[in-house]
Parts: sequence; structure tokens; C-alpha cells
Amino acid sequence: MKKALAFLLAAMMLVACVGCNTNEGTEPTPTPETTEPATTPETTPEAQNTEAPAAAGSVYYLNFKPEQDQQWQDLAKLYTETTGVPVTVVTAAQGTYEQTLMSEMAKEEAPTLFQVNGPVGLANWKDYCYDLSGSAVYGELSSEDFALKEGDTVYGIAYVIETYGIIVNKALLQKAGYTMEDITNFETLKAVAEDITARKDELGFSAFTSAGMDSSSDWRFKTHLANLPIYYEYQADGIGSTAAIKGTYLDNYKAIWDLYINNATCAPAELAAKTGSDAVAEFVNGEAVFYQNGTWAYGDVSSLGDENLGMLPIYIGVEGEENQGLCTGTENYWCVNSEAAEEDIQATLDFLYWCVTSEAGLNAMCTEMGFVIPFKGNLPAANPLVNISNDYIANGYTPVTWDFLTIPSEEWKNGVGTALAAYAAGTGSWDDVVAAFVEGWASEYAAANS
Amino acid sequence: MEKAIKKYWPIFVAPTVAAFCIGFLWPFLQGLYLSLCKFTTLKKVTFVGFENFKYALTDPEFAHAFWFTAAFTVVSTIFINVIAFTIALILTRKIRGTNLFRTVFFMPNLIGGVVLGYIWSILLNCVLSLLAKPLLRLDATYGFWGLILLMCWQQIGYMMIIYIAGLQSIPNDYLEAAYIDGANSWQTLWRVKIPNVMPSITICLFLTLTNSFKLFDQNLALTGGEPAHMTEMLALNIYNTFYGRSGAQWKGYGQAKAVIFCVLVIVISMIQLRATRSKEVQQ
Repeated sequence: MKKALAFLLAAMMLVACVGCNTNEGTEPTPTPETTEPATTPETTPEAQNTEAPAAAGSVYYLNFKPEQDQQWQDLAKLYTETTGVPVTVVTAAQGTYEQTLMSEMAKEEAPTLFQVNGPVGLANWKDYCYDLSGSAVYGELSSEDFALKEGDTVYGIAYVIETYGIIVNKALLQKAGYTMEDITNFETLKAVAEDITARKDELGFSAFTSAGMDSSSDWRFKTHLANLPIYYEYQADGIGSTAAIKGTYLDNYKAIWDLYINNATCAPAELAAKTGSDAVAEFVNGEAVFYQNGTWAYGDVSSLGDENLGMLPIYIGVEGEENQGLCTGTENYWCVNSEAAEEDIQATLDFLYWCVTSEAGLNAMCTEMGFVIPFKGNLPAANPLVNISNDYIANGYTPVTWDFLTIPSEEWKNGVGTALAAYAAGTGSWDDVVAAFVEGWASEYAAANS
Repeated sequence: MEKAIKKYWPIFVAPTVAAFCIGFLWPFLQGLYLSLCKFTTLKKVTFVGFENFKYALTDPEFAHAFWFTAAFTVVSTIFINVIAFTIALILTRKIRGTNLFRTVFFMPNLIGGVVLGYIWSILLNCVLSLLAKPLLRLDATYGFWGLILLMCWQQIGYMMIIYIAGLQSIPNDYLEAAYIDGANSWQTLWRVKIPNVMPSITICLFLTLTNSFKLFDQNLALTGGEPAHMTEMLALNIYNTFYGRSGAQWKGYGQAKAVIFCVLVIVISMIQLRATRSKEVQQ
């Protein structure tokens, strides 16, 4: 009897132990910070009369960008105050959007508004996307290119345009004896970087911040930097996506990667453990002149002073690159949940339209959040990096599109990232990078489209 | 009293049974069903039969993760238990500061796995870079031993406490009798102490075995499966399949792997429990 009981108890314990692993779907979810209707309709009759949408539906926005969480909360509150429509904004923690979205979508009260990161991310959520082709907010787009379309169906609408390149500390560059105008192509960039490295001890700083391959930073190279060889190959072949990349410009990719790792603040072997904040700290503390990142990083580097910040295109040594601009595009698309109740979908569409047309909405998105929005009502930006990117376009430079959106999967990026880190440390060869790039693309494309 | 229990036992059992059904049985059955389906959320589920299992069983990364996990489990179980038992033996002697040492050894257990993994990755990377060796994320061998080191550091204290409790519960008469009979300390250890702490050994082996097999947080934080999935253990492999991939088919694959994983853990634990239980002595 005692034995049987003990066995039963042990079995229960075992079951309790393994129980946690069988149900992978139940991730802890963030507590929604609901902005309840601040005022009841009785107390604000004028709000009921002036604004069109009736308070029948509600909006639940699962926000992707933690940096802008507070601004979205405030905007939601403001919208509720003016229209009486409850708006809930929940922000997923950095790097957990997909998990959070998955568990939230399974709930009774699912998000009515969520986002995908482009055609590849859409694969997960296509069945849940409301067709936005007839919506008012779609009509506000400044160009149809900013919609995520397949045929005539509009699955998503971009809400922010971003730009990346090499952010420059102009004061340090000057100290090294150069100006922005001296760098017009890969040759000149290389000359400047190698000269700074040669005089590193005398100058007291390096050319590049550490190209960290920790997951907080590796996307800058396995995704953003990899965009350039992909972009030039697409340009040369006149295509917009491919099932099999040829790797025509991989020698250029190697050239820029070599330049990054050999002229950085640390030895190439240490890059595998360097994080995103390491690079930010080095740049802000004046330990390096160049930092590859985008307009969204302004908050991190603003302490250097706006007048000291410049941005250079990422030159990789392709013919005619003197005319190349910064990399401009988007990977943030709004999608409306087609599974939501009719009135909630309508409420969500009304909210989006309000965000991109009303004064308060535009002010919040363009000024407070610092976004460049692809809508007709876009306001001039306060972010100097955005202004720099606008200048490039105004001066006739050709912006590089974000072709990395066509990368077949995250797994491809991880493979390239691992190979890049191993190559930098000397434990792998460049051939591994080429294999991950070319063969990885073909196999991942096949896996994603099987 | 006896009669009352006989009459009212369903009332006492009901809450536990209910919790067991809600917390385990139902999710488990649902998980079983989902492993045969293609899905993104639980609202839209399409039945696909055994396709997911076919994929899971032929996936080379999953197979690698299994062997890596098996090797890790064997090595870490041996290391943790031998070291924990040795420390327990030392700390049950009457030496000064025993309580202080016990507390200090136990403390790593109070820190969460992700934090530990992160701290140890910094520590080990510093050491490796001083030795001019490839960092943790670049070399699977260092990754493996890094994980072993981390798990030992975390688990030894906990197992030590269980062993100390076991050692202290051995009646003094037995030890005295052994001493009078002229047994040396080595003989006392093997013939008296170890048979008597067999229940503790069962528990500790069970805990280390399942903990190592199910390891996730430390794996994620220390190596993240790098380089190229070479240090990826089963739980992390399942997680990456489920969340790291886009496309509805991957959820089913991940779910099928999770079911296989669950069965594996149950089977291994049952075998181990049966094996050690037969060696226990009744006091």
C-alpha cells in the first residue's frame, strides 16, 4: 500500500514536471493596460455628437515598438476621451512579438489591430488579415507601394518608414582630419577607416563600433547589411524577389564585413559576445566614428548633439555607388484582425483613419513618436537622422530599398549570422558564409513554400 | 473517523482531480490532438494526420538535439550527484561553519536560469577570450562544458541539501555498530550510508535527470543553440520550431516534437525510478 501510494505520488510529481512542456502555447501574457472610457456618454454629449464613430465597437492594438509604448497609450486615451470608443494598447516585450501575438490571437478578446513585418511574416497571419483595399486609411497612403498586397487584396498597410546607413560622429571624423564629403564610395570609406585604425593610439578612437553578433545586435549585419548584396543582385537581374539567390555581390559583402571587423574597437574574435548596447556605448562615448544603424536609434545617440550626427550610405564597392543613397523602407505593417466582430473592425478602421488624418493623431505619430509616416498628412520630422535621409533623396541619391523583406526565413538570417561570427573569429571560413547565403536561401525558400 | 473518510473521500479527492484535469489532462489531450494538425491559433485548426510526426522524426536538427541532450543529461547527472553527495558528506561532519557553507552552496539555486545563463556567458567568455579560445557561441564543445558547469553550479546546492537530510536521518546506532565491528570509513560509506540514503539518491537522480532533460532557460541564455543549432537541446529546439519559424505547418511540427519529448521524459523517468527504487532498504 505504502509503495503504491509513493509510486502514485511520484507519478503525479513527474506529470507535474513534464506538464509544463507539453503546452507550449500558453506563454505568459502581458497585463493589458486598458484605457477605459474616461467619461461616460451622459457627461460628454458633445463628444457623442461631434465625432462620427459610435461607441459600439472597441479597439485592441498589440503594439510592436516598445520605444513608443507610452505615446500609444496617451494617444489611445485621447481617442477614448474624444470619441468614447475604448482603445486598449498592449506592447509586447522586445523580441517576443510573435509569441505574444500568437497567444493573444487565441483568446476570446483578440487584438483587432496587430502588425506583421512584411511578406514573410505575413505567411503566419494571412488568414487573419482583413482586406483593407476599400478602407479609408488605405486611401490616405501616399503611395500604394507602402501596402502589403497580393493581387487586389490589401493585407497590411505600412505606418512608418525608416532609414538606415552608417551613422557618423562628425566631430570625431573631423578630429581624424576628414569630412563627410571625403567619403563618396567604398574606396574612400576604406581609406578613411584604415587610416583611423593605423593612428588609433594617437587619435584615441577607432573607426567602427563593435559589430556585435549577440542577438541584440546581429540583425544589423545578417539582415540590414546583407540587404546590400541582395539589393544589387536584384537590380542587376531586374527582379524583386527570388527563389534562389546567386550571390553575385558576396565579394562586396565580404569586403565591407572585413572592413567592419578589422577596424573596430575590439578584436574580431570578441565580436561573438558583443551586444547592441556595447556598440551604442562605444559610439556615445566617442570611442568610434562609425556606427551602422538607423533613424530609430536617434534616441540612443542624441546625446552626441544633433550637429555632430551625420549619416553615410553603406558603400560596398559596386560600380556607380557614388549615387547610392541610404537604405529606406519599412517592416512595420498594420493588419486588422478579420476574425474580430464587425463593429470592432469598424472601430479599428475608424481609429486608424483618425490616427493618420486628425491633427492630434498626426502630431502624436510624427512629432511625439518621431515617425515618418507614409500617409498624405505626414508632418516634418524632429529627428535629425530622418532629415538627413530626406536630404539624400532631395539631392538625387537613389534610396536602397529594403529587399531583406524577401529573405525566405529567420532561419536563413540565423545561418548567415552564425557564419559571419565564425568567420570573424577565425573558427569558420568565408565559404561557410557563402554556403549559408546561397544554399541556405534555396533550402529555406523551399521549406517556406512547400 | 475511518467510516467518515470512506464516505466523504470524493470531496477530498475532487479538488486535486479537478486541478489535475484542468492543468494537465486537458492540455495534454489537446496537445496530442494539435500534434496531428496544422494551425496558427486554436481557432483555426486543420487535421493533417501523422505528417507532423513524420517531419519531426526525420528532422536532423531534432535528432542532433536529442543526442546532445542525452549526452548532457548523462554527464550532468553524474557530476551533480557525485559532487553534491561528496559535499554533503563533508558538511555532515562536525566542522566549523557548516551552516554557513550549506547556505552558500544552496544560494545559486535561488537565481533564475536566464539570469544565471547570462552572467555565466559573460564570465566564461571573459575567460575564453583571455585564453585566446573561441567564445561560447562559436564552439559547441565549449558550449557543452559551459552548460555543464552552469548546471553543476546551480543544482549541486539543492541536491546537497537533500543528501544532507538523508545522511542525518541514518540512525546513529548503525554507524556505531559498524564502527564497533571494525568497519573503516570507506566500508561504512558503501555498506551503511549509501544503502540508507537510497531514497535521497532516488529523488536526486530523478530531479537531475528530468531537470537536465528539460533544460531550457540556461540553454537559451548561455549559448542560444549557437553555433548553428549545435548546442541546441530538445526544449529549445521545440521552442525554435514553434516560434522561430513563420508558416502554419511549423506549429504542428513543434507540437509533434513536444509530444515525442513528453513521452521520452516519462519513459526515462519511469525506468530510472524503477531501477533505483529496487535498491532502497527499509529502515
